[in-house]
Amino acid sequence: MIWLNVIVSGVLLGGFYALFACGLSLMFGVMKIINLAHGDMAVVAGYTAVFLVPKFHLPEVWSFIVVVPLFALLGYVVQRTLFQKSIDRDPFTTLLVTFGLSVVIENLLLEIYTANAQSINIGSLIAKSWQVNNTIYVSYLSLTVLIVSVVVLAALQLFLSKTSTGRQIRAVSDDREAAQLCGTNYRHIFGIASSLAFATVALAGIAFGMYTSLDPTSGGVNLLYAFETVVIGGIGSLWGTLVGGILLGIAQQFGAHFNEQYTVLAGNILFLIVLAIRPQGLFGKKVVMS
Amino acid sequence: MSDPAAESTGLHRLAVANLTIHHGQLRAVDDVSFSVGASEVLAIIGANGAGKSTLLRTIAGLHTQTSGSITFEGEEISGLRTFRRVRRGISLVPEGRRLFPSLTLEENIQVGAQKAAAGFFTIDAAYELFPWMHERRRQRVGQLSGGEQQAIAIARALVANPKVLMIDEVSLGLAPIVIERIYEFLPTIVAQGIGVLLVEQDVSQALAVATRVHCLLEGKTSLVGAPSELSPGAIEAAYFGTTHSPSTPEESP
Repeated sequence: MIWLNVIVSGVLLGGFYALFACGLSLMFGVMKIINLAHGDMAVVAGYTAVFLVPKFHLPEVWSFIVVVPLFALLGYVVQRTLFQKSIDRDPFTTLLVTFGLSVVIENLLLEIYTANAQSINIGSLIAKSWQVNNTIYVSYLSLTVLIVSVVVLAALQLFLSKTSTGRQIRAVSDDREAAQLCGTNYRHIFGIASSLAFATVALAGIAFGMYTSLDPTSGGVNLLYAFETVVIGGIGSLWGTLVGGILLGIAQQFGAHFNEQYTVLAGNILFLIVLAIRPQGLFGKKVVMS
Repeated sequence: MSDPAAESTGLHRLAVANLTIHHGQLRAVDDVSFSVGASEVLAIIGANGAGKSTLLRTIAGLHTQTSGSITFEGEEISGLRTFRRVRRGISLVPEGRRLFPSLTLEENIQVGAQKAAAGFFTIDAAYELFPWMHERRRQRVGQLSGGEQQAIAIARALVANPKVLMIDEVSLGLAPIVIERIYEFLPTIVAQGIGVLLVEQDVSQALAVATRVHCLLEGKTSLVGAPSELSPGAIEAAYFGTTHSPSTPEESP
């Protein structure tokens, strides 16, 4: 029964990791951008929920209604300006730009909001949970986040596979030049992909702020988990991202079961094992160029 | 060196004048001019490195010219991005096919049709042109043969309903019988009034289908004319840059 508890809490945590990671995976899959500011953007989303949303007289629980569209818009704008400019140069520039962005964001948050931890107030919901049996409790919040991630991933998958814009996103990520020859404005498609990535990272940032607390530097460690999730699951596979997140969550909970300090270590070990045995990730395809 | 025949009828759609293109330091295309009219097949021939592909890529907007002009239906298009040129009506079937490997056959063609102008070549019309496609439309393109992939690349460009279709090295890496079958589609598209700009290494194939031939030698125009007017010796001389003497044995280059 103890193991069941480990698995349940691992799966719940994994849902959050998947939500956090899918934007990273999307940006890398489509634009080949390794967004080192991904974690910091989640933190900014959380801070927006804490500081900006109350000004609209909206309860913080509902902050995503404002923050997610705002981030979707921001994603498009940042892609079309800053990121596109760096892509036009070379991949290394992109890496530097996102790294610089990460540093700037962290320091701006420190400067404006100090190093104090912030969390998104969701009232009594934080304490509510569903008792499965006398050892297993599932908190409503964790369950909600898991459901939200599954829904988000399913919606993304559906969007990419069924809509014409989704098809263009896949075409551009396969071959940017050939897509242009089909009349696709790849810059616009990049903007849309980035917009989706930002929207999901905003959700993840809000979920994180509800779970625990955010401080200006929380982005970094979450970025590490997101990377691990993507690598375990395999780049370019959204369901792989979900499985990757869940496996990472279970591994961490498994480690935590023995000693709280082993939490991160167990996750890292799983990550390294996958990297050694199956570098393309569990659901990733080996890159075959035709 | 614009073509007086096409100009007088006012039919030419794509015109290139004094085009010079550099590839880094290399002058890949040097002062080349030609035009393509409706229902005309202009074949650009030339040895490896003669600048043929660079020329097509520049017309498509994937490469920037150093000087000269590219006009389409009388308007300068040099400043337009690739996707805008496609939407105007210039499509390129790129060298190496460049299909989207993670998409199915049908999805590949759908991407081509996404911003299509209205016209004859709907997706269904493409399936009629290449009947085997319909049955295999759900397959991923990576599983198909080289000839089939080439046909898909052509169909993908056609469904945009271009006014000028540029085809780069159709026959590269394909068996002669497959090449012949691929060229069977040409009369259908010419019949729709589409102008075709063809880059072809297989000179005999180019001569068989073209209404006019334009030979490049190290980036410069070395010969222009209708296939019927050109002697094999003259073509060989223009192709290899040797001096043409009437006694040259009639070998296909």
